[in-house]
Amino acid sequence: MFKTRVMPCLLLRNRGLVKTVQFKNATYVGDPINTIRIFNEKEVDELILLDITATPEKKQINFQVISEVASECFMPLTYGGGIRSVQDAMRVFELGVEKIGINSYAHENPEFIKKLADIFGNQSIVASIDVKKSLLGKYHVWTEGGRFDTKLDPVDWAKKMEQMGAGEILLTSMERDGTFAGYDIELLKRVTSAVSVPVIACGGAGKLSDFHQAVSDGGASAVAAGSMVVYQGPNRAVLINFPLRKDIEALLD
Amino acid sequence: MIVIVDYKMGNIGSILNMLKKIGIPSTISSDPKEIMAAEKLILPGVGSFDNGMSNLERSGLLPVLNEKVLNGKTPVLGICLGMQLLTRKSEEGRSSGLGWIAADTVRFQFGADKQGLKIPHMGWNSVSFIRGSRISSGLEEPRFYFVHSFPVRCDRDENILGRTIYGYEFASAIYKDNIIGVQFHPEKSHRFGLTLFRNFAQDS
Repeated sequence: MFKTRVMPCLLLRNRGLVKTVQFKNATYVGDPINTIRIFNEKEVDELILLDITATPEKKQINFQVISEVASECFMPLTYGGGIRSVQDAMRVFELGVEKIGINSYAHENPEFIKKLADIFGNQSIVASIDVKKSLLGKYHVWTEGGRFDTKLDPVDWAKKMEQMGAGEILLTSMERDGTFAGYDIELLKRVTSAVSVPVIACGGAGKLSDFHQAVSDGGASAVAAGSMVVYQGPNRAVLINFPLRKDIEALLD
Repeated sequence: MIVIVDYKMGNIGSILNMLKKIGIPSTISSDPKEIMAAEKLILPGVGSFDNGMSNLERSGLLPVLNEKVLNGKTPVLGICLGMQLLTRKSEEGRSSGLGWIAADTVRFQFGADKQGLKIPHMGWNSVSFIRGSRISSGLEEPRFYFVHSFPVRCDRDENILGRTIYGYEFASAIYKDNIIGVQFHPEKSHRFGLTLFRNFAQDS
């Protein structure tokens, strides 16, 4: 049976993992290697690692950390953050990463997605799209880790990314990020009904039933969770955790 | 020593990492001498069929692989594209494959009721191995990570080692004598992959 994918989305800042709330207040939650070892034991489906400082702070891609993470990660790994050339992408893949996420740079150079897809295959290119509502309630695509409003409509941008060859879309609601309030189903619906590539819902997961809603109502092909898998309880005590497989299967498959 | 054949088709670090994790002596190599001396081979690969074949040809490794596998009967495990290359040809391209197993790599053809299924088939899926297969020994309700747009179709059932359903049933693992191919990625399928690699390494 084909399984709905549930994946932790981890944020990297320098050498540590952090978690944000609405893309702000990055709080340290642990060491990436230890965290990934725990997720290995919990038999997680897939993992996303996003370096949230690479682009905004114009840093070098931290190949060392990626390499350490990839060598401990016995599940498919997506890395995003600061990839701006075929050479960058090649190096990341060579370290044992399955998929790369491209966000800000796709706006500067949409053809870059096409180039990557031609070389590495569509299935390995994830277009990462961060979305926030404007004051007038319209969905806008933001870049640079939520620092820049492109004013683009996420549906148009997602279609463009699909057309360029992205094999998957990681769709993040900035407003829901870190809130445990559930995914933005309206946003998901709009994007999933406009593209045929898989869409990963991200931002807002707080409980198992949120996954179900993202899939059945939002049309998501996969779901990502951040706070839910690094915090426990209302006081946000750091505790790496993951729902039991049987509970996920009972709900989603 | 298990040699992972390096013909520049992506992502082989994770295979080595997993073999290291379970303590199996292994190395990545494109050196014909090392390949000739290997106890077992892994033929990895991510990418398109024609690129895979042309890289294999360019690497100059085809004669040594043919000799080693077909005459030397060295156990070989093809993974993903590495499995597809074991077949005669692919609808993805024009090149001839290795042709070690009587099978072809074809397009997914979904019935009218399955048109909503995405291609590539990407994600975790169950594999039903044939009864008594040694490579799947100890695997209970195995599931593996798949990423592919083309499935393999065997001429004969006797070459099918495992089956998976995506829209319909296809051969997700194939075999013939010393040759095994798996469409999925054991190196990214945590405990299931660890067990499969351990079986491959220990089977004599």
